[in-house]
Amino acid sequence: MRIVTGNDLATGDVTWWTGQGWSRHIEEAVDAGAHAEAIAREEEAARRVNGPYVIEATVTADGPRPAHIKDRIRALGPTVRPDLTLKPADPAAGSWVI
Amino acid sequence: MYRYDEYDQSIVDARVEEFRDQVQRRLSGEISEDQFKPLRLMNGLYLQLHAYMLRVAVPYGTLDGRQMRMLAHIARKYDRGYGHFTTRQNIQYNWIKLAEAPDILAELATVEMHAIQTSGNCIRNISSDQYAGAAADEVADPRPWAELIRQWSTFHPEFSYLPRKFKIAVIAADEDRAAMRLHDIGLRLVERDGVLGAEVYVGGGMGRTPMIAPLIRDFVPADDLMSYLEAALRVYNRYGRRDNIYKARIKILVHEIGADEYRRQVEEEFALVKQLGIDPPAAELARITAMFAPPALNDGGAAPDRSDPDFAIWLDRNVKPHKARGHAIVNISLKPIGGIPGDASADQIDVMAELAERYSHDELRVTHAQNIVLPHVRQGDLYAVWQTLADAGLAEANLDLVSDIIACPGLDYCSLANARSIPVAQKIAQRFADPARQRELGELKLKISGCINACGHHHAGHIGILGVDRKGTENYQLLLGGSGAEDVSLGKITGPGFSEDGVVDAIERVTDKYLEVREGAERFVDTYRRVGMEPFKEAIYG
Repeated sequence: MRIVTGNDLATGDVTWWTGQGWSRHIEEAVDAGAHAEAIAREEEAARRVNGPYVIEATVTADGPRPAHIKDRIRALGPTVRPDLTLKPADPAAGSWVI
Repeated sequence: MYRYDEYDQSIVDARVEEFRDQVQRRLSGEISEDQFKPLRLMNGLYLQLHAYMLRVAVPYGTLDGRQMRMLAHIARKYDRGYGHFTTRQNIQYNWIKLAEAPDILAELATVEMHAIQTSGNCIRNISSDQYAGAAADEVADPRPWAELIRQWSTFHPEFSYLPRKFKIAVIAADEDRAAMRLHDIGLRLVERDGVLGAEVYVGGGMGRTPMIAPLIRDFVPADDLMSYLEAALRVYNRYGRRDNIYKARIKILVHEIGADEYRRQVEEEFALVKQLGIDPPAAELARITAMFAPPALNDGGAAPDRSDPDFAIWLDRNVKPHKARGHAIVNISLKPIGGIPGDASADQIDVMAELAERYSHDELRVTHAQNIVLPHVRQGDLYAVWQTLADAGLAEANLDLVSDIIACPGLDYCSLANARSIPVAQKIAQRFADPARQRELGELKLKISGCINACGHHHAGHIGILGVDRKGTENYQLLLGGSGAEDVSLGKITGPGFSEDGVVDAIERVTDKYLEVREGAERFVDTYRRVGMEPFKEAIYG
């Protein structure tokens, strides 16, 4: 699948295209298919995202998982500070990142 | 230390308001990211892996307790309770919100701090010796010159859009504690026939093309120094390559035309520049120098009682002689075993500020090795300082040992990185956690970068590690034999790379081999230079 990611303009948070808008949670990302680049362009022009780009991801039962390690780390947070990730209370949350 | 005059303060305040307006225009959509990016970078604001990152300048690594407390306050109020001290003697915050960045800069300005020229193709924060003003081996305090260069380079109209970023280091001692020859320009203050001047090295650097700066002028009298720097930059600005980012640093220019031709061009330019009156009048230099007058260091108190063994170990490892009798230089390690090199919590930053105010004449230094220094401590206060540090988790006695690792933020934070640096540093420190084992290995400078840009100084490590991306997987190359000190050298790659765990094993095989073949009190890097790469390659790859 092809998903679109970027950062929130005001906060810098990593965000993912959900089909209707942007979410901080990769589990809500959708396959943008052939429209991915166009979505990135339109959303950036509308200032709803900063620096969007398209990545490859695989579908899993738990949601999309980016193909590249850099985007997997972006999806959750720094591997060395579990307390600063999106799921600080779940010690197993990062098991798929590395 | 230096205090802003009304001009400094008005410049910084005006810049804050200018940036506030720029941020507002970006948030409102008046300007695009392409238009905004160079503006935010000029104010030290990057967009990194998880959020905006703000790099705050700590000029030549010197700051006082009030400024240090402000860094803690910024960490608490605007970030996530910590900061990361860098190899440029600066501090970075990893979780900044764009809308709040102008407020942060405004708060920093109240304590004479800013983020100006911590990014962009301009002259960056001037770096210097963290022992400046305290070291017995210096001919002069290098900081007045570093400050003068800071003022000269700030918003310099000719040098705000150089071909590429530009880093200058100033030292004044035989021992190089600032990796001086791995800078675009390295200055070592020296005295010749009673006249203060500088050796000028140009064209060093790390990154993808590491080079040791050649000596371009063996003595520039201090009275000519600013003119000479202006000439050196002018030649670079005119002929440095702007067509290829990978060939744009001054090291490439000096290498391509040769040091002799570069020197000839600089001398030619210098003859013209010297007529312009750039060098400061004596009164201005005296004004700046007076602000770096050494503190009154009188009675140092009794020599410390060494009966507490942990204190004695710390004393021997992290405390260095001061030029004033009865005083000492205290190194605070930001490298606890298993911790993140260079990170300090807001509470720890406050503790260090408090210690500086109480025991170190209100001065701190940030080192390029990502540690903190209290430069002027009475020997009679050392035990109290150590106890406070120990309570705050800041008393790791590992200065210059294998666990005192320089590491860039790597792929955990940095959008340029190819591999993570921090977990590798943590695993190495844990593998060598036994303090006695570390001391047995002696001085061993280990430096890790998560990409070829070399923010973790891997080329200059006695042992260096470079993280690369091999088909989407983290891979680590091992280098041996580098040094950023006065015995400067560039490390050489051992051979094929390793996995994260594999590189830790490889380092252990290297250190085992070192213990086997070293002679007497030889440091690791000296043994490597004597026996060469082969015995270590044999140990690593079999």
